[in-house]
Amino acid sequence: MRPVDAKSIHILTGILGANDRQAEHNREHLGRHGILAINLMSSPGSGKTSLLEQTIDAVGGRFRIAVIEGDLETENDAERIRAKGVPAVQITTGQTCHLDAVMVHDALHTLNLDAIDVLLIENVGNLVCPASFDLGQHANVALLSVTEGDDKPAKYPTMFRAADLVVFSKIDLLDVLDDFSPAKAEGHVRALANPAEILRTSARRPETLAPWIAWLERRLVDRRAARR
Amino acid sequence: MHELAVCQSLLREVARAAAANGAGEVTRVVVAIGSLSGVEGPLLARAFEVARCGTIASGAALEIEAVPVRVRCKICAAETETPVNALLCGRCGAWQVDVLSGEELLLTRVELVVDPT
Repeated sequence: MRPVDAKSIHILTGILGANDRQAEHNREHLGRHGILAINLMSSPGSGKTSLLEQTIDAVGGRFRIAVIEGDLETENDAERIRAKGVPAVQITTGQTCHLDAVMVHDALHTLNLDAIDVLLIENVGNLVCPASFDLGQHANVALLSVTEGDDKPAKYPTMFRAADLVVFSKIDLLDVLDDFSPAKAEGHVRALANPAEILRTSARRPETLAPWIAWLERRLVDRRAARR
Repeated sequence: MHELAVCQSLLREVARAAAANGAGEVTRVVVAIGSLSGVEGPLLARAFEVARCGTIASGAALEIEAVPVRVRCKICAAETETPVNALLCGRCGAWQVDVLSGEELLLTRVELVVDPT
C-alpha cells in the first residue's frame, strides 16, 4: 500500500470568491468610464421598472442613463425602457433567482460605456438571493412598496441591511391603505443597524422623485470626485 | 434558493485550494456561515450532497460552523449577541452598532489527501 499524506489546510477565503473577483473587475471597468452603477432590488411588483421609467423622464438628459434588466423570462422590461429612448440590456436568467457578476459583465460588453453616466441594474424581483451576490455596483437600493407589509425589513434582514438607500414606493396608495406605517418600516430598517437614507416615491406623482434624482446626482458627483 | 449556486462557487474555491497543494482528494470542507449572510446552513448541506458529485470533493464531508450576530454598541461600547433582524445593543437598546460577526460566508479549512509520488 502506498503511503498517503493527509493534510489539513487552513484558509480564509470568500465562498463567493469567483463572483467577488468578477464583481471587483466590473467595478474597476465601470470606474474607468466614470460610471455610477446602482443595484436596484425589491420583491416582484414593487415598481422597480416604473421607477426607472419615471426616472428617465425626470432626469430629462441631465445625465445619461443605461439600464440592465434582470428577469427569469421575457424581454418586456427592457422594451419598456427602450421605449423611453434609453439603452437597455435584458438578462434572462432562466431559473436563476438573482443576477451575478458574470451576467452583468457580459451585459456591460454590449453597452457603449463611454455614453453612460449612471447604470441602473434592475435585479430579479426577489428579496432573498440577490442580496448575496456582488455585481460590481457602487450602491444598493432596496424598494419597499406600501402594498407590502411594513415588517418586510424584519423578515428579509440580509437584503435591507445591504441597502445604501431604501425607497418606499407607491406612496400615493398610503391615502387608501392604512396598514403600512412608514415609521414602523423605518424602525425595522434601523433595527438592522442600517443608517440608510429613506425616500418616499410614487411613479404617479413625478414631483415625489426629486429627492431620488438628487440622491443619484450626489452619488454621481462623489464617484467622479473619487476618480480624480 | 441560491444555495446550489453558492455551493458550486464553494467547490471552485475548494478545487483551487486542492490544486495549490497538489492534492488528489478532499476529505473535509469546513465553512463559516453567518446568520446574516443570506445562506441557510441546512440548505447548503443538502445542496453540497448534489454539487460535490464528480468533483475532487466527491467524497468530502461538509462541516458548517454557524456564526451568530455580534454587535458592538457605538453608544455604550457593550458587545452583545443579537437576533438577525434586531441588531440592537443588548445592554442599552441603541441601533447605532457595528456588526462584529454574522455576515461571514467563508471557506475556512480543507482536509486533503496528498499523493506523495
